[in-house]
Amino acid sequence: MADTRFSVSRLPGFSTIAVGVFIILYLPILMLVIYSFNGGNSIAVWEGFSLQWYPKAWNNEQVRDVTMRSLTIASAAALISTTVALMAALGTTRRKQTKGQTFVYLMINQPLMVPEIVTAVALLIVFAAIKVATGYQGLGYLILAHSAFCIPFAYLPIRARLEGMDLTLETAAGDLYATPWQTFRHVTLPIVMPGAIAGLMLAFVTSLDDVIITLFVKSAGQDTLPTYMLAQIRRSVSAEVNAISTLLLVLTVILLTGFFLLTRKRT
Amino acid sequence: MTTAIAVEAQSARKDYGSGQFAVRALDDVSVRIEKGSFFTLLGPSGCGKTTLLRLIAGFETPSAGKILLGGRDITYDPPNKRPVNTVFQSYALFPHLTVAQNIGFGLQMLGRPKREIAAAVDKMLALVQLEDFAGRKPQQLSGGQQQRVALARALAPEPEVLLLDEPLSALDLKLRKEMQRELKRLQTETGITFIFVTHDQEEALTMSDRIAVMRKGNILQIGAPREIYNHPKDRFVADFIGETNFLSGTVEEGAIRLTSGDLVEAPTQGRSGKVTLAVRPEQVRISGAGDPGSLAATVADSVYFGTDTHCHLRLADGTEIVARLQSAASGEAGLARGDQVSLRFEAGAAQVVDE
Ligand SMILES: Nc1ncnc2c1ncn2[C@@H]1O[C@H](COP(=O)(O)OP(=O)(O)OP(=O)(O)O)[C@@H](O)[C@H]1O
Ligand SMILES: [Mg+2]
Repeated sequence: MADTRFSVSRLPGFSTIAVGVFIILYLPILMLVIYSFNGGNSIAVWEGFSLQWYPKAWNNEQVRDVTMRSLTIASAAALISTTVALMAALGTTRRKQTKGQTFVYLMINQPLMVPEIVTAVALLIVFAAIKVATGYQGLGYLILAHSAFCIPFAYLPIRARLEGMDLTLETAAGDLYATPWQTFRHVTLPIVMPGAIAGLMLAFVTSLDDVIITLFVKSAGQDTLPTYMLAQIRRSVSAEVNAISTLLLVLTVILLTGFFLLTRKRT
Repeated sequence: MTTAIAVEAQSARKDYGSGQFAVRALDDVSVRIEKGSFFTLLGPSGCGKTTLLRLIAGFETPSAGKILLGGRDITYDPPNKRPVNTVFQSYALFPHLTVAQNIGFGLQMLGRPKREIAAAVDKMLALVQLEDFAGRKPQQLSGGQQQRVALARALAPEPEVLLLDEPLSALDLKLRKEMQRELKRLQTETGITFIFVTHDQEEALTMSDRIAVMRKGNILQIGAPREIYNHPKDRFVADFIGETNFLSGTVEEGAIRLTSGDLVEAPTQGRSGKVTLAVRPEQVRISGAGDPGSLAATVADSVYFGTDTHCHLRLADGTEIVARLQSAASGEAGLARGDQVSLRFEAGAAQVVDE
């Protein structure tokens, strides 16, 4: 039987455009990965296969320093934002639809909608004031800022999981002598856990590659991996950056695969 | 002799919503449920069965009135403080726990020692014949098996009262019959008071010690299955429990004159004027035309159902009466549309009911 419904995929030129888009999306990434194995110090001319850039990057004191800082910030921000997101999701999915609900969603998802540069400037101003008042110069500002913009990324998978959860399960737990805390601990939490872990991963990845807010908020000597790479590329184009990017790419792919496996519908 | 009362509702009322959307789900319902009995709440959709159950379980608090458990006022106790367990219609098994962990959940929350929990779980698995499934997750079980797990989980903490909200409605007919007997057996073996909700009258009749028929937030009649079936208090109960013929008439010297002009013997219960008579189809007898003391009727239709045949008869004024005749026993095969016959009601079959 002929399918008479309208389908974008049958428009003339559809496949050409699709292929074009995929090339634009993935070719640069492919180039990057390939050139991370370049024998020479160029990111444009191929000079034979070599693994040299990986140990070089690893032996670079500065690279190790910024990597550690990035991982610290990303871990802390992922934990904080996931915790906050979990509480927000519990608060927004458990009650009847109320008038203010859309507003609450907007508030939680603010970082997705407000231009990042605006948030960055706003944070800069607030943190500058706090820095002057307290004298504190540590990583706390970056962790706080990252936690804030990671919340929506952690919130979405948790909310999806909670909305799919049968609330009768909590009623049943209460019926079986569980106190509200026990119900949370033994029923709700284990059931949202895949969502929470997915949120954690997403938040981690989001924090890991942030540039704009980090640039504005960081104090001197607080470069993260992305801001360090940016500075490097501006100064001198080095294949070392390719190697680091490739490693970041691998880490991200692993985390995102984990995310998809966790959020995939299971029966 | 005074029988112990397991659960009592005293003028329990439940209003949902407010203002123009207010719904009175329960309208001052009072009922006493005997300890160790199989008590059924029967009624059409939306009559408040689930609401009454939720008040007893503690998932809702009544807008007015009280709930007593073994004579103790538990109206405002939270669910986890009530020795009452529920079998949910959707089963509500914990998907992340195994069958054994599901069954042990209640005892675990009560802080019982591990050994005691393990022993109770084994006992329950044997009781519902699921010994081989202890390590499975609920999703790996069939509907009937999930049902058994839900039962075992609710029974494991040995509650004083077990609440069952249409637990069989998701099962197919054959499994349903099997589980009906299973439930009855479990109730007898454990001696726990069962409060069972259904809108299936046959299920209610076969399983219950007592039935409460509900309608629009009220209990219309409470009684043993036979009592309710044979002596329905009003038209709604008679109609809801089994099929019934309704005949209008007026009281005349201790008997009832039907609109067709025929006179029928029936206890008038001190009434006068217009009344409604209810007669079960299986209590209508048919004989040849002109039988003395019978009502003259014409066969309007005859429908064969296998074990029995439903014969639609018409009285002189057109009033229709259905007679259910056993196919094997009677000469129903000879009845054809338009035949003249006589019909009479078995002794005590005709009941005066409230409108
Ligand atoms: N949470 C609620 N909010 C508003 N109205 C409700 C709520 N729960 C029940 N009701 C109303 O109360 C009435 C009784 O509902 P209840 O669930 O007790 O019926 P039921 O007898 O269990 O019906 P069913 O056989 O369909 O399960 C219905 O009119 C229903 O619409
Ligand atoms: Mg119901």
